[in-house]
Formats: sequence, structure tokens, C-alpha cells
Amino acid sequence: MKKLTAILLGLCLLSGAPVRAAGDLADFGGDTVLEERYQTLVTELRCLVCQNQTIADSNADLAKDLRREVHDMLVGGKTDDEIKEFMLARYGDFVLYRPPVKTTTVPLWIGPFVLLAIGLVVVAVMVHRRSRQAQPQMNSEDVERARRLLDEADREQQS
Amino acid sequence: MLRYLIPLGIFLVLVVFLGVGLQLDPREVPSPLIDKPAPAFEVARLHEPGKRIGTDQLRGQVWLLNVWASWCVACRSEHPHLVALARQGLVPIYGLNYKDERADALRWLQQFGDPYTVSAHDLDGRVGLDYGVYGVPETFLIDREGVIRHKHIGPLDPDIINNTIMPMVQQLQQG
Repeated sequence: MKKLTAILLGLCLLSGAPVRAAGDLADFGGDTVLEERYQTLVTELRCLVCQNQTIADSNADLAKDLRREVHDMLVGGKTDDEIKEFMLARYGDFVLYRPPVKTTTVPLWIGPFVLLAIGLVVVAVMVHRRSRQAQPQMNSEDVERARRLLDEADREQQS
Repeated sequence: MLRYLIPLGIFLVLVVFLGVGLQLDPREVPSPLIDKPAPAFEVARLHEPGKRIGTDQLRGQVWLLNVWASWCVACRSEHPHLVALARQGLVPIYGLNYKDERADALRWLQQFGDPYTVSAHDLDGRVGLDYGVYGVPETFLIDREGVIRHKHIGPLDPDIINNTIMPMVQQLQQG
């Protein structure tokens, strides 16, 4: 139990570390609201060159360009949705780390839950089978025979 | 019997999925720009910086837009095929020189040959951004109405040119 707590604590520490984008172009002249929106956006957009990084994490040229673009659009007064729309129009759903729910992305969203459900069903069936096997089936004849044997043993001990 | 067949079945399904997965190229992200109007641009020409080149001038013909750069290693492997394609004169190839210094780009063309009718100079990569370029080289096939019909990511080779690009070009030119 202690071990488990320690592991969980460790995980919390790891995931809790805020990711800060390379600050090269993210100058909003002290506007913390824009700064905050910028940080959120760049950690939600995928860099298409190094596909498992956000544009905040990546040092690829394209990621720098996209960060610059996000910065310019924010300063230009665009909303978050407009900026995402801009990226979607050019790079498709793949650019978003959280793709929108639609017919083509449904397996992506519900797939893990379906797999979890299948796993739970399999476990339940297995547990059920095991518990049935644990109790040996005895009919009345067997019970009768066991009682006779026990009685005989008792008598032998007494005599 | 069933208890052996079920794991075997699951295993086979997995094999099929993994097998298909191996055939796919994760770098090829389907472009949302297919069958959409090609983003308009107007930038300086590579050879004549004083003159401009833009989508408006290219309307009315089927053309290829090839995104390239002198710093792009893969462009080198596709370049001879582009030169050969240009020599056939079947379809005009326009170059989009992406985030490149003019001098480097011109030297590169001098060295390896120039297949481009005109090269546009996209120094800051804004045009490339509008076209969703993320891996140079990329090639777009654009029809008479200025609609993007096909996009190829990565270097072209004779197989792709002859079996994918050219049949589409001919179909669009006839239509």
C-alpha cells in the first residue's frame, strides 16, 4: 500500500510539471491573459514534423513558424476557435491533440472504453468460472458416503 | 477446442491490424486541402525579384506546384525526375522555393537543372504555411479552376509520376 502511494505521488509530480513553450517569440508585452491562452494553444497543437510533440515542445522550423503564427493571431485579436480553425484548414484533424468528435474520429474516442469493457467482461467471466470450479459438485449419494466413512472412523477411534 | 480457437482468432486479427499498420506511412497526413481552392498567393519570382508570380496568373491551366528548397536533401533525389518530366512538356511545373536564400536556390538550380516554368520565392514560408506544407518536398496538382486535386508528400519518383500524377493530369486536361 505504501509502495502504491509512493508510485502515485511520483506520477503526480511528473505530470504536474507545467510545460513551458520556448519563449523565443512569445512576447505579449506583459499581457498575462494572452500569454495564458498562448501557452494553452501551443500545447494543444501537434507539430507535424516530429509528430509526437506539441508545437510548444518542438524545435523544428515548422513548429517555430506555427508558434509565430499563433502569437500573431492572438495579438491580432483572433479567438482560440478561429486559431484552431486556421490550423485545421491547413493540416487537418491531426494537428489537434484533442481531435473533434465526428464519425471518423469516434473509434479514437470510444475505442479505449470499448476495450476496457471487453476486458472487464473477460475478467468477470473468468472469475465466475473459477468460483464455480472451487466448489466440487456433490450429489446426495456422495454426501451419504462421506458421512458413513466419517462415522466409521469415529467408531474405530472409540473402540 | 474453443479455448484455443479464440486466442488464435484474436492473434490473427492483431496480425492483420499490425500488418496494415506497417504498410502505412505515418508521415503522410491526409490533407484537408484536397478538392478545395488552392490558397491564393502572390510573391516575388526567384529569378526576377522585381516581378511577381501568383495564383491569379496560373488560372486556366492544369499545373503542378512543387515545394522545394536547396537545404532539402530529399529534393535532390526527386529533382532529376522533375527535370525529365519538364522536358516532356506535358504539364507545367511551378516551383515554390520554400524558406530558402535566393542565392542558394539559384545556385542549386544552376547545378542540377531548372524544371520550373517559374519559381516563386517564399522566403518566410507564409505561402507554404497556407498550403499546409510540413515536409519538403511536396507536390500539388491544381486544375483549371484553381482547385487542388492531389497532394504528394515526399520526393516524387518515376512510378508515382507515371502511375499517379500523369493519369490525373491527363484526365484533368481532357475534362
